Amino acid sequence: MHANTNIPAKPFNKSSFVIRMTLLMLVALTLFGLLTFDYKDLVLSEAIRKTGDTLGTMLIEPHAKHFTFGEALGQVTITIGLAFLTTLFGAVIALFLALLTARNLSRPAVSLAIKSVVAFIRAVPTVLWVLIFAVAAGLGSVAAVIGMTFHSISYLVKAYSESIEELEDGVIEALRASGAGWWQIVFQAVLPSSISYIISWTFVRFEINFAVAVAMGAAAGAGGIGFDMFMASNFYFDIREIGFITYMILAFAILLELLARWIKRKLAVNA
Amino acid sequence: MSGSFFLRKRLNTLFFCALVLALTIIAIIITEYDVVKGFTSVPKAAEWAVSNFVPNEKAMDKLPDIIDKLLETLLVSIAATSTAAVFALVFAVLGSQKTGIGGPFSMISRWIATVFRNIDVAAWSMILLFSFGQNVLTGYLALFFCSFGFLTRAFMESIDEMSMSSVEALRATGAGYIHIVAHSVIPSSLPQLISWVLFTIETNIRQATLIGILTGTGIGFLFNLYYKSLNYASASLAVIAIVVAIMIIESVSNYVRRVIM
Repeated sequence: MHANTNIPAKPFNKSSFVIRMTLLMLVALTLFGLLTFDYKDLVLSEAIRKTGDTLGTMLIEPHAKHFTFGEALGQVTITIGLAFLTTLFGAVIALFLALLTARNLSRPAVSLAIKSVVAFIRAVPTVLWVLIFAVAAGLGSVAAVIGMTFHSISYLVKAYSESIEELEDGVIEALRASGAGWWQIVFQAVLPSSISYIISWTFVRFEINFAVAVAMGAAAGAGGIGFDMFMASNFYFDIREIGFITYMILAFAILLELLARWIKRKLAVNA
Repeated sequence: MSGSFFLRKRLNTLFFCALVLALTIIAIIITEYDVVKGFTSVPKAAEWAVSNFVPNEKAMDKLPDIIDKLLETLLVSIAATSTAAVFALVFAVLGSQKTGIGGPFSMISRWIATVFRNIDVAAWSMILLFSFGQNVLTGYLALFFCSFGFLTRAFMESIDEMSMSSVEALRATGAGYIHIVAHSVIPSSLPQLISWVLFTIETNIRQATLIGILTGTGIGFLFNLYYKSLNYASASLAVIAIVVAIMIIESVSNYVRRVIM
């Protein structure tokens, strides 16, 4: 008797096959990319040394020449204001759409329609939305807020509707059996049970929007600290000022992260 | 008792709404946001987009250029993410609470991840622009640094969430540190890690557009060129190309995620 005839050592497993193929593809595409990029005779060692010097100067000797500390603080507040408005508008609109998207509250056709529109909106990068709106509204805070809101909506609809779908079917069924209408179900069951998720996703998006607002200031003239960074790098060529601005942004980003963590902890205690 | 409970709850809600309203008004004032214009600009933009922002015959001539730059941007995003993932994995394994070697290294690796993650991608591209110029490597490195920070944190959390029983079992057999990492930690968290890598690739393609506008590389540069020269038909073709690429990548990664998770 041969015990080891036709039994393969490891049976075929689809998931490990896909994992291996994915890794292989990533390695292949990375190597292909790195080998075929047009480097335009860049001297790599020289460029790396220069970047190191730049980073050193930037981080060790930051200064502000074209604005005072107070003005910079004001600019950061503008950036936070842009992020806040975007998050708020996005959250309000996304909440309504999410209620219509969640599979347990809505009809499949409506849900699918909203999901595909939202997927399309998400596929267009935020900066392109802002630039497209800038043609109609002019460069400035209106184009920035509306353009960024589009992307926030698409992100939040996905996050909200997934947290709403986690609600147990029994709860909705029980309310429906007792004769509750759609709005009553939303206010008495859906919102109370998913509010902590909704708030924590909103804060995640607020942090993202802060970073996006900085970038929009630089790339689409939306104002705020990002615009100062753009001026410092493209017009004054002042690396020390970029360092100063980077520190400002870093400080506020870490502050927002701490705030988000504090709110999450509070919600976890209350829930 | 129950009356005061509901009263308190209602007061809390009222206070929260008032706070949000106050913050909104402050934000509207400091950003000089024009509320009316905000509402009217949406239909105006839609009307403009329908009549001007559609590709025409002439734009089709630009299609080869657009595809060429789009492929470059896709490859840059994938290459930056994959190489960043390798470094992030090393830092995450060494810095994680469960597999870390502890001591100052764990702290340092967390600290590095926080700093890299919070220096904005726009800041990175401008820093790199000084020494690398309008080069494909500028975008590559900007994406690399941001992905590195993000992936280190994501990987660390995935490894922390992993069940420790297999690590303990291996340790009991006397396996060394490298064996434990290679045969238990990485295999059991691999689906999670791949899912994060795919997510980062998707984000990076969008980020690459922004970086392209700031540093003059890839598809972002091409869009900006058409946009600034008011060649909206070609610009819209670039947008459509980006959307198609992102949707393809998204559906591939959704498929992979469904199979491996």
